[in-house]
Amino acid sequence: MEYVVLIYESPEDFASRASGQGHPYNAAWRAYYKALVAAGVYVGGEPLQDVGTATTVRVRDGRPRVQDGPFAEAKEQLGGFMLLDLPSLDAALEWAARCPAAATGAIEVRPKDAAAKEMVIAP
Amino acid sequence: MEDARGAVEATARSSYGRLLAYLCSATRDVAGAEDALGEALVSALSSWPIDGVPRQPEAWLLTAARRRLIDRARRRRVQEKHQEPLRRLLAGSAATAADAEAFPDRRVELLFVCAHPAIDPSLHTPLMLQTVLGLDAARIAQAFLVPPATMGQRLVRAKRKIRAAGMRFEIPPPHELPARLEAVLEAIYAAYGIGRDEAAGIDPHAENLADEALWLARVVRERMPGEPEVLGLLALMLFCDARRAARRAPDGRYVPLSEQDPAAWSMDAIREAETVLGAASRRGRPGRFQLEAAIQSVHAERAQNGRTDWAAIVLFYDHLVRLAPTLGARVARAAAVTEAHGPADGLAALDGIEHALAAAYQPYWAVRAHLLRRLGRSAEATEAYDRAIGLALDPATRRFLLARRG
Repeated sequence: MEYVVLIYESPEDFASRASGQGHPYNAAWRAYYKALVAAGVYVGGEPLQDVGTATTVRVRDGRPRVQDGPFAEAKEQLGGFMLLDLPSLDAALEWAARCPAAATGAIEVRPKDAAAKEMVIAP
Repeated sequence: MEDARGAVEATARSSYGRLLAYLCSATRDVAGAEDALGEALVSALSSWPIDGVPRQPEAWLLTAARRRLIDRARRRRVQEKHQEPLRRLLAGSAATAADAEAFPDRRVELLFVCAHPAIDPSLHTPLMLQTVLGLDAARIAQAFLVPPATMGQRLVRAKRKIRAAGMRFEIPPPHELPARLEAVLEAIYAAYGIGRDEAAGIDPHAENLADEALWLARVVRERMPGEPEVLGLLALMLFCDARRAARRAPDGRYVPLSEQDPAAWSMDAIREAETVLGAASRRGRPGRFQLEAAIQSVHAERAQNGRTDWAAIVLFYDHLVRLAPTLGARVARAAAVTEAHGPADGLAALDGIEHALAAAYQPYWAVRAHLLRRLGRSAEATEAYDRAIGLALDPATRRFLLARRG
């Protein structure tokens, strides 16, 4: 079963990206990634640029309204996502708890909706 | 007003498990007994501040809860013609009227039901924490890394099964006892979450439940003082508990056993552990928990003579791995072999463990990294440190290993 893991980072954790590989938070991330790959559960994922680069679009009254900023304002910002292949939610939560961002931010775990995808991609 | 409220809370804290165990041992209906006891506690909160705290608060709660259970059973009898539980309840109520304070302690019977082989082993510990200790599902869910609603559903299902399958609330007969008792002790041990501190893998969630686990072990000992493995488990947890304060530096950093200052260990806990372990070994029936306690006893001797007899520890581990070849014991044995005979032998012991089994086991990688470092194989050591760091749950452990890796 595939789970989408949304990584909400605290501003401090996010800022440590600028400090390079030697920073403990970044080193922890490298180790975490290696462990995910070694365990054969990592399917994919990407970190996102800072929340200042976010732009949100809504269409209202038939017209696109563009807003500078993220969809939801919060202290913890979506810093990236991963796709993990795991046998159960319990296993997914175990891996989420190991994520370096979990100590100060929050990790949201959700199963992929295979039926919805089938409906969308069906010829 | 506040006093009465405090009295309700104090009675609930000290007697919840005893009251619940007694109530459900007659009906096998754990969920029903929980509801009845919960309602009794609520009505105590409203009536004690007005009528005063009763002379025998436990007996008051028991009577109130039992009245609710009887009402419910009567209603059910009409619906289901289900007479047996009602008859048992009524028989019990005559006895309590005579001697309200001295109702029998059935908590150990309840523990045997919680760790019944018909119940999923992953629920043994959560059930014990909820029924005997009265912890709520949300707190238990947090400790076990499961969403609260999911944990709640699983517990409800397990309790339904206890009633539907008609599990007996009794101490199992002698031929079943060893295996059944092991399941109970295993579940208590799981709440404690030890055996990890040697390998820089403290589990912060489990550590929160250490006091609860110790308390459960004491409850079992009270009823079964002659069972050496019960004593072994209690001694084991006391030895590890003695080091609780020494495991963290003032700045929250993780301190491994070998670097701990014995002056920070609790000598009271160590003395009690030694006494309990001595009583166990006089029974002449060694077992897994006694062996693990014996290993901790050797570590504790460092407080006296400043050194650790690693050869003795390896001998105990040899026994232990023969008796219970768990992954944790095998990794810990490899670490002990390293201290006694050097890193090359330690690595050989570690290499004896199937790779697939150890892939996601954090202590294996922490020990492996340490050994490779000592053998001067730095590239492989860094690789193993990364695996250990990546598998760590706890920021303090992660920091510790990051500093080691360099």
